[in-house]
Amino acid sequence: MSGGGRLRPLLPVAILVGLLAAPLVSAPVPVLLDGPLNGPGNLQLLAVGFAFGIAALAYNLLFGYTGVLSFGHALFFGAGVYLPTIALGEWGWGLVPAVAFALVAGTLLAAVIGALALRTQGVYFAMVTLAFAQAGAVLVGKNVGGLTGGEEGLSLPFRRLPRWMVGVVNTDNLYWLTLAVLILVYLLSLRLVTSPAGRVWQGIRENERRVEMLGLRPYAFKLLAFVVSGALATVGGVVYLFLTGGATPRAVGADLTVALLLMVIIGGAGSLWGPVAGAVLYHYLNVRLTVWAGSDAVAGLPAVLREPLRDPLFVFGLIFVGLVLFFPQGLAGAFAGRRLGPLRRALGGSTPTLAGKGGVE
Amino acid sequence: MSTIVLLTLTGLALAAMYFLLAAGLSLIFGLMDVLNFAHGAFFTWGAYVAWWTVGRAADVLGPTGAFLLALVAATLAVAALAAAVEIGLLRPLYRRPIYQVLVTLGIGLALSQLTSVIWRPDARPFPQPDWLVATSTVFGARVPNNRFLLIAAALAVLGGLLLFLRRTRYGLIVRAGAENREMVQALGIDVDRAFTLVFALGGALAGLGGVFGAAYFGSINPNFGSVNLIFAFIVVVIGGLGSVTGSALAAVVIGLAQQFGNYYTSWAGDFVVVLLLAVVLLVRPRGLLGTLQ
Repeated sequence: MSGGGRLRPLLPVAILVGLLAAPLVSAPVPVLLDGPLNGPGNLQLLAVGFAFGIAALAYNLLFGYTGVLSFGHALFFGAGVYLPTIALGEWGWGLVPAVAFALVAGTLLAAVIGALALRTQGVYFAMVTLAFAQAGAVLVGKNVGGLTGGEEGLSLPFRRLPRWMVGVVNTDNLYWLTLAVLILVYLLSLRLVTSPAGRVWQGIRENERRVEMLGLRPYAFKLLAFVVSGALATVGGVVYLFLTGGATPRAVGADLTVALLLMVIIGGAGSLWGPVAGAVLYHYLNVRLTVWAGSDAVAGLPAVLREPLRDPLFVFGLIFVGLVLFFPQGLAGAFAGRRLGPLRRALGGSTPTLAGKGGVE
Repeated sequence: MSTIVLLTLTGLALAAMYFLLAAGLSLIFGLMDVLNFAHGAFFTWGAYVAWWTVGRAADVLGPTGAFLLALVAATLAVAALAAAVEIGLLRPLYRRPIYQVLVTLGIGLALSQLTSVIWRPDARPFPQPDWLVATSTVFGARVPNNRFLLIAAALAVLGGLLLFLRRTRYGLIVRAGAENREMVQALGIDVDRAFTLVFALGGALAGLGGVFGAAYFGSINPNFGSVNLIFAFIVVVIGGLGSVTGSALAAVVIGLAQQFGNYYTSWAGDFVVVLLLAVVLLVRPRGLLGTLQ
């Protein structure tokens, strides 16, 4: 991310202050949101978006910065959702040990799966991670061991939580908690990608052979990226759990991994703020598209247009294809103004390749 | 004894269905380096086209005629769909395999969701002729006839594919292209056309597989393909990417392991399959018969 106007450095600060102050603002946001901005529903909408943002940041460290495409990240997110619920409800643990347990277990899980799966590369790696995640989804969905509640899922035992975390009136506390975790994870990611290890990650993304020639072991660095990414995805899962108050099998399914990938692509792989914006936008659209589909403006459309619009996944599929074809760098790339060239070229139909610098090849 | 026979035959039928999906995936990957995530949607569309055709044609042609017409319609329709996807969306992204994979993921999402938009998300019973649902007794086991038809179809496809690859000019191009694409191009052969052909062929097999899958399970729903796609991926990787015979072999292993495992507990089969994948990848990363890595 280079260049930009004079006001550029102030923009992140302004956004951050705006987000922190959101629970205090009771002004309505017409069209975009229902009711006042600080209504519980709206805060919840944003906060869940932030929780996905944490997971998307995590996913992006691996995909966007190291160039490793994992199809198994739902497993780690799911560990963050399920393990604290089980520890609190089934085993009667306190909040802090339950969360600590989930984070340690998620990290270990990532270490074991990463160590095995990274023995393979590229498409094989994607398949192995997909298979491991699928195994996890089967265990959860079929209620193996009677711990996960099967298809029904589990609800969080609210009695065991501190009072400030429980109930609709405390949505603003959860909102701030989520935002705080997001900021921490963001800063940690920033620190990581600018660290020597982060440089090596980007080196691996660009040319793994070359990194090897320099005498470094790509395996070790990729494993580090995988473990950090898995651990942070677990953090995202834990936060998501507190926001939604329960664990359902959707949190470990392959669809969630695809959603994470979508968020990263929408926002821009290999940028830090991009995936967060992508995640918030994804969740927002996922919720709002169904609302808009019921609105008068859409009801007036012919059925051929109206029916597909009611289906967020269908719309996302199309958005996804469009982005990959015309804006492979996502929002972040479009913002940086580097990606309008390919769009113009594509519309003009001159060059078929969209080759550009950066991103995953 | 009869249980073992039943499980073996249903396992082989399941294997046949996985093979129909996996063969196309494997060919596409072998030649184009693209892991086609839209393959599950092709499978789903095959099933829905067949269901739609049977619904329209059953009164005129009778159940058997309608089923046969549905097989042809699904195969052709999905082949055309696949060709359109390849020409319209994958061609602009040649040389960028990861982006091609992502595009197929997006198309797969949109296409399978489109079935839910058009025909609602609920499962639909799949009407098939009585003789397909009726059972035959083999060593005391009562096995539905559609299992045998599925196995026979997969064997025919396997034979046909091997003949195509080994005995025809296009098969030669496909095999050579998988080996070294630049060299084939340098010899003045239009590899792009081979890409479209292979993608359409894979689509045709997925469409065909979708019809048989619908007959096997007796009902269809919009997630129909994506569930089976994961197992087909596993089959492709275990068999060795790019090897049709390897896919057939791996499909048999996976189909049987899954059937026998799931007979004991509802989840053991799926779990064993994943375990098998992990073992194969650790011991023999290129798969049973794979040459590519």
